[in-house]
Amino acid sequence: MVVSKKKPIEELMAMLGDAKKVGIVGCKSCATACAVGGEKECNEMKAYLESQGIEVVGIILPDESCHKMLLRKEIKPIMAQKPDAIISMACGSGCQTVAQNVNVPVYPANNTFFVGQTERVGMFNEMCRTCGDCVLGQTGGICPMTKCAKSLVNGPCGGQKNGKCEVDPNNDCAWILIYKRLQEIGQLDRMEATQEAKDNTAHLWPMSVNTREVKK
Amino acid sequence: MSKLQQAFAEGKFGVTAEMAPPKGYDFTEEMETAKLIKDLVHGINVTDMQSACLKASSLGFCIALKQIGAEPILQMTGRDRSRMAIMGDFLSAAYFGIDTMLALTGDHTYVGDCKASKPVFDLDSVGILKMLTKMEATGNDCGGNPLSSTPKFYKGASVTPVYEPVWLQINKLKKKVDAGAEYVQTQAMFSADALEDFMNEVAKENIKVHLMAGIIPLKAAGMARYMNENVPGIAVPDEMIQRLSAAAAEGKEKGVKGLPAKAGIEMAADLIRDIKSRGICDGIHLMTIGAEKNIPTILDKAGIHING
Repeated sequence: MVVSKKKPIEELMAMLGDAKKVGIVGCKSCATACAVGGEKECNEMKAYLESQGIEVVGIILPDESCHKMLLRKEIKPIMAQKPDAIISMACGSGCQTVAQNVNVPVYPANNTFFVGQTERVGMFNEMCRTCGDCVLGQTGGICPMTKCAKSLVNGPCGGQKNGKCEVDPNNDCAWILIYKRLQEIGQLDRMEATQEAKDNTAHLWPMSVNTREVKK
Repeated sequence: MSKLQQAFAEGKFGVTAEMAPPKGYDFTEEMETAKLIKDLVHGINVTDMQSACLKASSLGFCIALKQIGAEPILQMTGRDRSRMAIMGDFLSAAYFGIDTMLALTGDHTYVGDCKASKPVFDLDSVGILKMLTKMEATGNDCGGNPLSSTPKFYKGASVTPVYEPVWLQINKLKKKVDAGAEYVQTQAMFSADALEDFMNEVAKENIKVHLMAGIIPLKAAGMARYMNENVPGIAVPDEMIQRLSAAAAEGKEKGVKGLPAKAGIEMAADLIRDIKSRGICDGIHLMTIGAEKNIPTILDKAGIHING
């Protein structure tokens, strides 16, 4: 899941400037799970904007705000009302997908942070930095690219204290976790081999993936 | 040949000292200090923005040291530079006759004083060593392209002996040595016995590397307690802290300043002498944290005279 948090409302209002008529695009997928762009949040946004004298011409909640074809279809009723701007309450990907489909300014209501897991309702953890070269098979299913603040590939730095990270003592040292996990599953030998430095060409951005190519 | 490398080749006890470039461009005071110590050590190890706090660069300071006839050791962390920038700095360093380096991962930008800076970490300490070793062997750069001239460095790394679980340090030390590290300096040690325990682990794994014990002369009991609580890998024994406290009390009673620092110097010298006489490791690395002017006294008290 893509995890986002709401921007301060003042920042959004500053972006809106003198826009008088806006449409709101939420998302039934990640943004709903993060409680930043589901039905409830979109309605709250509508009420707030109206209290500020801004007309809300409509709200749509696509299954995925980042689905280009879907968005193209679902945004039509809103655009027919000729809004001055659109507010995207999805992630950065959703916001850009909206922007590709309209000819008015699109403003993000959220900041997008990471690809992660839901620990429980309202609690999310970053799990994957999308490096394009997964090493989880060598590291006991714990990602050093994500869980180590320095993305070290060859073991811990000298900065851990009592198993905690020098950057944020609330975080466990990824390499201590990896060590314990590999020990537990009888794969500690996988830590002994020196890992090559990451090949940064594995994820040059912007990147596209076309699974249709495989089928040819 | 690197002066430190030569010392080890001749079976001598290696001695290096650490210096930090200033937060500014005027190196005058530091160079005066360097002149006092340059002939007493096999190398002056120049920090690369330690604790992730912005300073003049290690490379520039190393060049300045070279110009006054000192033997600089270029510290290189992966925190602020991509592999290209690291390799470029090594090529420039070689032009100025800098032939000894120390690879470190580096403290994270977030723990330092320019927190918004990008933490690069394109290479970890092992990766830096590996890249240099490969360059030396092939004459090619990090992209596999031929260099017009290829330098050779005496390569070093660091290790933290007081570490739980120590297996992780031994494992990474092995990787560093495999990647080309010929000497390692330790995190500051305050106990010869703890150092000896670690050396036994190193010997058990048959790791061949010249190990230099990191030595920090303590300045006050508060400093020791602070380091025990906050600096990973530091374990100052209680009796050292008590001696510093006693020195402070004595100073207060007699109205004399600087007694704790003096006690710290004595304890550092005693530790060095102990390490050397017991043959625990191959050398020492002095980290005086701004008090480099004390180095001649410490070495003299410890009976370390590299030319004698």
